[in-house]
Amino acid sequence: MVDASAVGTTDEPFSMTVERGKIREFARATMSENPEYLDDPTPPIEPTFLTSVSFWTPPGQSVFSKLKMDLKRILHGGQEYVFHGPPPRAGQELTVQTRVAEIYEKEGKRGGTMTFVVTVTEFRDETGKIVAEARSTAIETGRPATAKEGA
Amino acid sequence: MAPSWDDLEVGATTEPRTIGPLNRTDFVRYQGASGDFNPIHHDEEFAQAAGYPSVFSVGMLQAGILASYATDWLGADNVRSFGVQFREQVWPGDRLVCSGSVIERLDARNGEERTVKLELIVDREGGGTAIKGWATFAVPDA
Repeated sequence: MVDASAVGTTDEPFSMTVERGKIREFARATMSENPEYLDDPTPPIEPTFLTSVSFWTPPGQSVFSKLKMDLKRILHGGQEYVFHGPPPRAGQELTVQTRVAEIYEKEGKRGGTMTFVVTVTEFRDETGKIVAEARSTAIETGRPATAKEGA
Repeated sequence: MAPSWDDLEVGATTEPRTIGPLNRTDFVRYQGASGDFNPIHHDEEFAQAAGYPSVFSVGMLQAGILASYATDWLGADNVRSFGVQFREQVWPGDRLVCSGSVIERLDARNGEERTVKLELIVDREGGGTAIKGWATFAVPDA
């Protein structure tokens, strides 16, 4: 069960380096042939690239491990990125911090009670300015999921 | 070249893009790139124990495919927001169709950028909608 008292909890901030090789790998994996990602020596990130922040998250600090969510019952409900200006580029050092913004329940059509966990992650540049925000909605289904809800 | 402001009337679209059929290697490649190693996307036994007929795609893979489709159209540096809501899951063998259109234009005011809002969709060929997405792009002077 998700611990609803976790709302408002924040992680310790940590650093993430945006790297060209990772941008290229990510562009390949998302089947992009865009030269802006593949040929530019300091490419911008693809809009969903910041999902790879998990490689920089200190062990044990992930919100999901803290909330003890069950991988067999988790679905990804939605994801949003906001960029305050052009997206970050290779070579930038970002400071990352995540907070649990909301936890709420809904009755699912098929899966019993579903628990929604919304996290917001802020990415700051070297000057402390927020350059990107990620808002993620994870769903824990009440029983092992069926093949129709979320991804 | 990204299209100009005059090209981007409400209703403007770009050619749909068809991807796939997706296979398990595509899922694994994405998991390696993104760092999401949930076994439900690559471990058949784990997926079946969770009640699924097989492994299924990572939602963020088709989100990333859709994001790249949008930035190919309007420029990688111009994206200001990108969001998705996941609907149907995507399975090995699925072919996906990305499409998008301009739904709103916001002219520059108070020194802000001119932007367009997009509606974006990933459909499963022969199936339903996998993703409903949206995005905002700045439209710089040509």
